[in-house]
Amino acid sequence: MDVNVILENIPLYIEGMWVTVQLVVLSLILGLALAVPLALVATSRRRFIAFWPRAYIYFFRGTPLLVQMFMIYHGTAQFDWLKDSALWVVFKEAYWCALIAFALNTAAYTGEMLRGAIAQTPFGEVEAARAYGMSRWTRFRRIILPSACRRALPSYGNEVIFMLHGSALAGVITIVDLFGAAKIVNARHFVPFESFMAAGFFYLCLTLLIVWIFRIAETHWHAYMRPREEEGEEKGSFPARSAPAYAAKGL
Amino acid sequence: MTRLIALTLTLVVLGLGSSVASARDWQVIRIGVEGAYPPFSALTADGKLVGFDIDIAHALCAEMGAECTMVQQDWDGMIPALLARKYDAIIASMAITAERKKKVAFTGKYYQVPARFARRKGSGIEISEAGLQGKAVGVQRATTHDNFISGEFGSDVDIKRYASQDEAYLDAAVGRLDLLLADSVAMQEGFLDTDNGKDWEFVGPGYTDVKYYGDGAGIAVSKSNQDLVDRFNKAIEAIRANGTYQKINAKYFDFDVFAG
Repeated sequence: MDVNVILENIPLYIEGMWVTVQLVVLSLILGLALAVPLALVATSRRRFIAFWPRAYIYFFRGTPLLVQMFMIYHGTAQFDWLKDSALWVVFKEAYWCALIAFALNTAAYTGEMLRGAIAQTPFGEVEAARAYGMSRWTRFRRIILPSACRRALPSYGNEVIFMLHGSALAGVITIVDLFGAAKIVNARHFVPFESFMAAGFFYLCLTLLIVWIFRIAETHWHAYMRPREEEGEEKGSFPARSAPAYAAKGL
Repeated sequence: MTRLIALTLTLVVLGLGSSVASARDWQVIRIGVEGAYPPFSALTADGKLVGFDIDIAHALCAEMGAECTMVQQDWDGMIPALLARKYDAIIASMAITAERKKKVAFTGKYYQVPARFARRKGSGIEISEAGLQGKAVGVQRATTHDNFISGEFGSDVDIKRYASQDEAYLDAAVGRLDLLLADSVAMQEGFLDTDNGKDWEFVGPGYTDVKYYGDGAGIAVSKSNQDLVDRFNKAIEAIRANGTYQKINAKYFDFDVFAG
């Protein structure tokens, strides 16, 4: 074990970790923004309309992220018309190619998660909203989407962790993310075990952070499912009442 | 009688043990090569290894009277695989540098050529600290070129590091890079003379700075096999003396790659 090599290269790891965090956070924001309309359209009762987002979701869930990233990074470089257009500024950079691939990929997974959660909305909620005279859009905005988001929250936490781990693929196309940094340390000092273990340690730290954030989020948004104090139940015990709300977990 | 048999057996076992522990006779040598660094090391369409490194390896083995097998290995894992005993020696245009000498033993050089930058024709990029500001320069990761650009121009340059030299050529050809830094001979034959590199040209001087580029390309061997280093050194001298080296040299280059 050569710990000194790792200690000397901590700045490189930190730089790489910062790139990883950027890529993951940006792609999650973009992906979520894409996923909501995707899920909305995918739950449409008109089959022809629902087909398109479902085809998108099927494609991005059905192919490896690495293949998608190579299609965007190496594939775009093949077309001269693209290289001559203003779009090349974006596709020229490995960073943007990776970000686009990650965002499109996580959008598909998140979209499917939301679609499932929307489909599982208890009909009583929709009925009540109708009784209040809410329009279709208001119903979606006020009742269906928030309710679906709450149900999808635990599985979304999983998706965020998967995205973090998937982001290591960026290191393959010249980006110096956490994995890219580990590859540099390995190649310079010939210590594969130490250099990749250090990267693994930093990924663990990031995962811990994500788990912690989602625990707080779940405590906050699932507060209504906690048993009430005056009922004399123990705090934090599994709430039997909310069983239907957990059904979404098996998505 | 029983004692005698037991004694004989013990002696035989001890004898076997000691012959395993003692130095190998190097009748069979496994050699690690890269296969992605033309014209020194490349794969043909049907998967055969060809190139200057490969020919030199075969010539050295013939000289030593050893049977050699070539083991292809990615650059990043070249030295770790040697240390893991996946092969006995590396013949892969590996420069003899101080950092690598900490881990492995080297023979003397078997060739040495300067490194140079290349730019897209008409880009007008000059090699200076100002000229390189913000430019994307492609190098192979953890090579002498990577160390040179990181050490001399590091903070000003957008260094793109690739696992193999071929990948860097590919991204240069499609326009993702402003400059390449590589071994001048490898770049001439492997890129500039090919269809991919027809829009590219050399720029700036040749670099042989010992601090980064070491003492030329040598054969790397595990430190515990100093006898193999000596054998290789003798073989290099021999093929240089009997004209084999010059024949291989002439097959690939119209100048002497040994002197640089």
